[in-house]
Amino acid sequence: MRKVYLDNAATTPLLSEVREAMMPYLGDIFGNPSSLHDWGDGAREAIGHARTQVAQLISADPGEIIFTGSGTESNNFAVKGLTLAQQAKGKHVLISAIEHFSVLHSARTLEKWGFEVSEVPVDKHGMVDPDDVLRQIRKDTILVSIMHANGEVGTIEPIQEIARITRERKIPFHTDAVATAGTMPVNVAELGVDALSLAGNQFYGPKGVGALWIRKGVRIMPLLDGGIQEEGRRAGTENVPAIVGLGKAAELAKTHMADRIKRLTPLRDHLLKELPGRIEHVVVTGHPQHRLPGHASFCVEFIEGESMLMLLNSKGIAVSSGSACTSRALKASHVLIAMGLSHEIAQGSILFTLGIDSSGEDINYVLDTMPPIVDRLRQMSPLYAKFSKTVKGGK
Amino acid sequence: MPVYSEKVMDHFMNPRNVGEIENPDGVGEVGNPVCGDMMTFYIKVKDNRLEDVKFRTFGCGAAIAVSSMVSEMAKGKTLEEAMKITPRSVADKLEGLPKQKFHCSNLGAQALNKAIKDYLSKKKGGGKK
Repeated sequence: MRKVYLDNAATTPLLSEVREAMMPYLGDIFGNPSSLHDWGDGAREAIGHARTQVAQLISADPGEIIFTGSGTESNNFAVKGLTLAQQAKGKHVLISAIEHFSVLHSARTLEKWGFEVSEVPVDKHGMVDPDDVLRQIRKDTILVSIMHANGEVGTIEPIQEIARITRERKIPFHTDAVATAGTMPVNVAELGVDALSLAGNQFYGPKGVGALWIRKGVRIMPLLDGGIQEEGRRAGTENVPAIVGLGKAAELAKTHMADRIKRLTPLRDHLLKELPGRIEHVVVTGHPQHRLPGHASFCVEFIEGESMLMLLNSKGIAVSSGSACTSRALKASHVLIAMGLSHEIAQGSILFTLGIDSSGEDINYVLDTMPPIVDRLRQMSPLYAKFSKTVKGGK
Repeated sequence: MPVYSEKVMDHFMNPRNVGEIENPDGVGEVGNPVCGDMMTFYIKVKDNRLEDVKFRTFGCGAAIAVSSMVSEMAKGKTLEEAMKITPRSVADKLEGLPKQKFHCSNLGAQALNKAIKDYLSKKKGGGKK
């Protein structure tokens, strides 16, 4: 059976070049980077090299990169750490309604700590309007955190425009760039943000490693206290092999980015255009143009995402869904609901995230495999039966 | 993929008794799309026995497997026996359900129950006329 992996938003595979680069640090070069002997030196140099590679990916200064254990940690660190460092100046934090849970739930924790959080709405494409940011900024706003792109619907947010607003008011602006860094061009100076999160397993690096870029001079309160690793901002012995892998993946991403985008975009567009043509009552979610290169997301009406996901898996296709049934919270995706979709439609969420191994044949296989699966589930669906009776007036 | 038993996978991949009964003797609908699962059961009753049971389900793999299993368990049973089917007995027959699915997706017994009650109330109402 054909095997088609289209869940690269969950995690990308590890590139063999990345694995090769990591191997020595799972072997002979095992020293603690903080140690003052040769063993420590080897590991420390490797981290320094990786720091430069990651900095170059986002056109930053290596001294501004803090390695973390994941994109989630980077987001927790930014949202909580930047807020705590500014607490003498105010107590208001502004995020968007479609942030990843690592930002959203960090903001919930801030509320428990006595801070006030507002959520900027999004339009039907999942796009934030910078004017809404302007309207919701208060005199006591001490942090704005809005994602660069949403991993569930692929929409790319107008970060530069928002940064103009925050800079004028000298409010620190963090962006969760986990979905974009390593996937599309990210330049921290051009974006104009003050802090930015990224994660290795989104661009063919290892899992369990991420980074937070923080502009020089911006204060942040550490979440992990201990030694002086990462300039005292993130204590704990470094995950040297993973950091080396992140660095190598960043280097490769920078080198091959233009080619990857050029290859993925037409495949994505083909899927976005063809799927709704082959199956009735399918809506594309997210922005039609301003979206991630390999990202195609839909809601299939009258059926539920997990059952679709399982039947696709039985045909060798790996995808993801934002339906309640696939979420631990057992609620429909907050992203789709914020975009104004009904719960009923949001339950039919399905997303295909293409990667460097994806081919035109893969997409055609999906296009051929999907319609009978949808049909089978619709034949089972009471919602579809009701629809057929009322709208079609048929059997 | 959620950790489903082989039995759940079998009933999900090959659901039994999917569809609708024309002129059913009872109909029971439970759940709604907000919680993610919705089931409609149709029954045909003859001599106090469930001669036929069919269902339609909107929901996850567990919800579909539960519906299928309930229909299989109920078919041929007397109404009293069928009323004794519980979410627990369905889950046991399916060799277990993931914890987070037990409450949200395990609505089949309730839907069947509702269909039987629908039948009984219609019968009662019909008798009065």
